[in-house]
Amino acid sequence: MKFDTPAGTNPIDQEKVVGKPHPRIEGPLKTTGRAVYSYENHEAAPDAAYGYVVGSAIAKGRISSMDVREAKAAPGVLAIVTADNAGPIKKQGFYVAKPLAGPEIEHYHQAIALVVAETFEQARHAASLIRVDYARGQGAFDLAAARGGAKPHRRRPDIRIGDFDKAFSSAPVKVDATYTTPDHSHMMLEPHATIARWDGDQLTIWSAQQIIGWARRDLGNKLSIPQDKIRIVATYIGGGFGGKGSVCSDAILAALGARAVGRAVKVALPRPLMPNNTSHRPATIQRVRLAAGRDGKLVAVGHETLSGNLPGGGPEIAAAQTQLLYAGANRLNLTRLATLDLPEGNAMRAPGEASGLMALEIAMDELAEKLGMDPVELRILNDTQVVPGDPGRGSPTDPQSASGNQGKAEEAPLPFSIRQFIPCLRTGAERFGWKQRSPKPGSRREGRWLIGMGMASAIRGAPIMPAGGRVTLDAKGIVTVESNMTDMGTGSYTIIGQTVAEMMGLPLDRVVVKLADSDFPEAFGGGGQGGAASATAGAYAACMKLREAVATKLGFNSADAKFVGGEVRAGNRRAPLAQAAKDGAITAEDKMEYGDLSKRFEQQTFGAHFCEVAVDAYTGEIRIRRMLAVCAAGRILNPITARSQVIGGMVGGAGAALMEELAVDKRFGFFVNHDLAGYEVPVHADIPHQEVIFLEETDPTMSPVKAKGVGELGISGVAPAIANAVYNATGVRVREYPITLDKHLAKLPEIV
Amino acid sequence: MKPFTYERAKTPAEAAAAVARQPGAKFLAGGTNLLDLMKLEIETPRHLVDVQDLKLDRIEPTSDGGLRIGALVTNTKLAADTRVRRDYGVLTRAIVAGASGQLRNKATTAGNLLQRTRCPYFYDPNMPCNKRKPGSGCAAIGGYSRQLAVIGSSDHCIATYPGDMAVAMRVLDATVETVKADGTTRAIPIADFHRLPGDTPHLDNNLEAGELITAVTLPRPIGGTHHYEKVRDRASYAFALVSVAAIIQKDGSGRVAFGGVAHKPWRVEAADDVMTQGAAAVTAKAFADARPTDDNAFKIPLATRALAATIAEGRSA
Amino acid sequence: MMSEIEISRRGVLAGSAAAAAIAAAPHVEAQPAKALPPATMPVSLTINGKRRDLTLDTRTTLLDTLREHLQLTGTKKGCDHGQCGACTVIVNGERINSCLSLAVQHQGDEVTTIEGLGTPDKLHPMQAAFVRHDGYQCGYCTPGQICSAIAVLDEIKRGDPSHVQADLTQRPQLTSLEMRERMSGNICRCGAYSNIAEAMADVAGVDVKEMEA
Ligand SMILES: Cc1cc2nc3c(=O)[nH]c(=O)nc-3n(C[C@H](O)[C@H](O)[C@H](O)COP(=O)(O)OP(=O)(O)OC[C@H]3O[C@@H](n4cnc5c(N)ncnc54)[C@H](O)[C@@H]3O)c2cc1C
Ligand code: SF4
Ligand code: FES
Ligand code: FES
Repeated sequence: MKFDTPAGTNPIDQEKVVGKPHPRIEGPLKTTGRAVYSYENHEAAPDAAYGYVVGSAIAKGRISSMDVREAKAAPGVLAIVTADNAGPIKKQGFYVAKPLAGPEIEHYHQAIALVVAETFEQARHAASLIRVDYARGQGAFDLAAARGGAKPHRRRPDIRIGDFDKAFSSAPVKVDATYTTPDHSHMMLEPHATIARWDGDQLTIWSAQQIIGWARRDLGNKLSIPQDKIRIVATYIGGGFGGKGSVCSDAILAALGARAVGRAVKVALPRPLMPNNTSHRPATIQRVRLAAGRDGKLVAVGHETLSGNLPGGGPEIAAAQTQLLYAGANRLNLTRLATLDLPEGNAMRAPGEASGLMALEIAMDELAEKLGMDPVELRILNDTQVVPGDPGRGSPTDPQSASGNQGKAEEAPLPFSIRQFIPCLRTGAERFGWKQRSPKPGSRREGRWLIGMGMASAIRGAPIMPAGGRVTLDAKGIVTVESNMTDMGTGSYTIIGQTVAEMMGLPLDRVVVKLADSDFPEAFGGGGQGGAASATAGAYAACMKLREAVATKLGFNSADAKFVGGEVRAGNRRAPLAQAAKDGAITAEDKMEYGDLSKRFEQQTFGAHFCEVAVDAYTGEIRIRRMLAVCAAGRILNPITARSQVIGGMVGGAGAALMEELAVDKRFGFFVNHDLAGYEVPVHADIPHQEVIFLEETDPTMSPVKAKGVGELGISGVAPAIANAVYNATGVRVREYPITLDKHLAKLPEIV
Repeated sequence: MKPFTYERAKTPAEAAAAVARQPGAKFLAGGTNLLDLMKLEIETPRHLVDVQDLKLDRIEPTSDGGLRIGALVTNTKLAADTRVRRDYGVLTRAIVAGASGQLRNKATTAGNLLQRTRCPYFYDPNMPCNKRKPGSGCAAIGGYSRQLAVIGSSDHCIATYPGDMAVAMRVLDATVETVKADGTTRAIPIADFHRLPGDTPHLDNNLEAGELITAVTLPRPIGGTHHYEKVRDRASYAFALVSVAAIIQKDGSGRVAFGGVAHKPWRVEAADDVMTQGAAAVTAKAFADARPTDDNAFKIPLATRALAATIAEGRSA
Repeated sequence: MMSEIEISRRGVLAGSAAAAAIAAAPHVEAQPAKALPPATMPVSLTINGKRRDLTLDTRTTLLDTLREHLQLTGTKKGCDHGQCGACTVIVNGERINSCLSLAVQHQGDEVTTIEGLGTPDKLHPMQAAFVRHDGYQCGYCTPGQICSAIAVLDEIKRGDPSHVQADLTQRPQLTSLEMRERMSGNICRCGAYSNIAEAMADVAGVDVKEMEA
């Protein structure tokens, strides 16, 4: 099915099932421990051997010798996979670092071996018996120091509109500040894990993968296995946040290990290996320059960002959203990438926006203060309904977008498909009691606590990708939908079920949802907050086909047929849906494909975050007291799962604001705090009750479902809202995240 | 984790003898620290002597009006004890500020005293570390040292003792009771229990090989208000950046020990003497010889401010 | 410019350009070839009311016993180092991290795992509340959260003190602050905390909004 004109009214608009707060359909399995995650599939591989990954002890250089004899002789050891015996592994795919190093080492804890043994205990111990001598090379580990060699990147060409320098220097009110964000670790709770099994030349992996299609493509390419010989299953995924975007060392090494020992092998990455072995959100150094007239109207908007990566890796696109968020005639938007020998930087929840708004939205707060304006009003004043100074590209903010051939400046200025940014701000201010905020920082105190309120804007691209689905109606009237879409906690099972139920006129319990298997139709997957919109549109397309087949089978004119209450109805006639399948199940498969609406409209999601913090006047400790998010993100397919996506993002934002930082050892070139005790993420005690408001919205330019994603919008703008609240509480501006107490302690009120 | 054999001892003397007998043997209590380190092969015992059946899990009054806490009393049980809550509040407060509910259910009094540092380089077997591998160097010096010691450190090690309970015990002047393999017992004042790193950072404390902790005794209660102020980046389930254990009397006098700043709970008795002069006076004395790194210099003003908060709280109580 | 420094695992060289001590690779002394034979031991425990007799490598944790030997994979491994709470189970009535416990430490113990609390058709009230309040997303921390949540309500009832209690001599109150502090050993990276608090409040029969105050 091709979607190339904005959607009119269609069956989804009934919102009998879609849009309703259905609890997750897999909830009873997850809450009773019956949901089976990759590593746990005893049924598929009852005799699996255990693989244990060995990581490099150096960050850069090469292995001069490796002695595996003792390890090999250790009890239970079946095989040891190293670069020497693994065969060629091609450097292709979503992740650029090699999943198995040797002799060259690209980064710390890069896998250098997999030990396969009968038991986990045996494999883990034998891994420690491998002797390695390294020749350490010199690497670049310091982002600030690498700035000199930084270059532009094709993914994000420079943007210069108007005369930025002149406008900036001549404006009466301006902010020019540099902000830093550190490297962040996904730290999803389920480690990267895979069971691999070969049946002849057919490879199956049960693996925690967000995007089945990419996993299959990359596994095939890296190991030179034809894709049709690979099956990937990821029924349940214990979180991903971008860190399970494609096959990592666990999957590659499990496949190689299983081949080496002739039986299934299971591999999970040890937690202390994860931050350095896999990818992370790269650190940024961002300079933001904002200039406004005394009326608060922006005249110059400059955002420059620097990040680093391994050779071949991409930049953090942290400045891109700035082009879309606020008006202003003169603009400068630069992205620079330096080469570093730290572990690979790659997508993590809202790549680009999450980091970029951390800088921009503090800068806006600083500007508001200089102008003596309310921060909400400043943002409202600078709203724009078209892409400012539009150079005519498509969505520039989606770093995961595959297409590099976006359109030319033929129809500037590009309109937003829908932009409820101001309503987000106003609703949030109203509901949060923003009026109570004192514009004077450091002026509200309750006992030991300095109290502050802050806010920030949120914007995040709304990508949609071609996706398919297969639906089967059986004689009992049950419709089963299959798609290789994944659910890593995002709610896919439920919303796809709701979409199908709505389309077929069934209650949700008459729909069976099967996901995350490469045998099912391609539906992109979970990433870039594009999954929900894409996969439900794919299900829609398949259902349209099934409706047609059912109508034909039952002798209805498919144009008139209505699917309601488990029946097909037209005029006076009605027939049970199940009747269409009485001679055998009916299966329909289709795919939603897209025209150029995403080029004709700028498709984004918008939001506003509000936050209240308390800062201990003595110790400087920061505790969040209240959080509110207002989101405008297309049709909300299920307010329960959508809310969860947003509160989860808010927790991630709280972590980024207050504690998360991979500490770089610039001598040894690695992230030092590489476990869940050293890398602190928020715990229960850090997070107060959270409020989320979704504005009424449908976006007919997206798909017939008119939905967008919310999971990444939920994190975008959270950290700066907290940062601004901390400033409002203390009067001390911290521009280096995370805002830990040591950064403002010296400037807090004197103690008596 | 290296292979090991396992036994359960029935009496303290038997346990001590069992560990002394076998090279590379260790006691196993809750296991929450030892197993963590064994998985990383930072600890590599060949034999474990599980002490859970030693019946050292009681809290009893002592003849001089104090309390005797069995070595195997769990953190949860110790913190919840009504006598401790009433008379030694600083101890309850310190314990419940540490780790998590699950860990405290398992963690024992002896094991908690003996937990090893959380220095991230100690935890990474690829890194040089004099504590883990004597003579290999100290990666933390010149590295990421935000959590590490500001005082009492040496050129060989700047690690901290990371625990909370022992900081309270230090301010309470507790005594550690032990039995050695030959059956002799001794009582070690908590002040002498943990060591400074010096040039032997691999030694955390003054126990001999095979010496078993049987109990910790607390002297009779000294009244006052009891405080444990633990400062950390996240609100719970995190080790202290700085902690302050204090007992403050009505007249403003009192005692204080600091956690998260040194290789042992840090108390300078001369600093106690100036409690009435306020926090800055106390920390000026307590941290007179501090040698912080750039990363952790903030701990000294932080200690002052945390103590100031404690004193203010004491006043308002 | 790439200056390479040869390092051996046994040696420690000082002074790269950054004057750093250079790391040796792991594992200092060579393991004597005659390593002890892997020790195995018989263990019996009662899991979810059912007695289990096993012979295990002494190194096997309670967590791996459940997951790998008994196929009770509801208990999760998030870190294997006591840092996340995903492995929380209830042993003799107390919640613990099963990753930092050896199976042999639990001879004769009674273990309750998530599988023992309820089934998809017959959910435990806390499981049902998690479903109702969407107290999870990916579901990986969930079994641990639920085991902890049940234990926490018991601990509050029993009167165990907590870090956020103002007066230690009083009984703790059923407040959101109390529950959140006590649940803090269970990390949810998906960030379902706010909903978990609501689920717990629901089971405890209190209003989460009032509790906030
Ligand atoms: C993620 C995490 C966070 C934590 N956070 C904190 C915190 O914030 N504050 C805090 O204070 N602690 C914290 N801890 C540490 C925890 O409190 C300790 O692990 C625990 O107290 C150790 O007690 P155990 O009984 O389990 O000791 P074990 O692990 O059994 O033993 C520890 C050591 O003591 C020896 N030993 C045990 N018993 C005896 C005895 N009777 N005589 C002689 N030697 C003995 C053992 O041989 C071993 O060397 C944390 C731990 C983890 C994993
Ligand atoms: S500070 Fe001590 S524990 Fe840390 S690396 Fe140095 S020697 Fe080891
Ligand atoms: S797996 Fe046990 S605490 Fe993380
Ligand atoms: S639900 Fe994913 S970690 Fe909690």
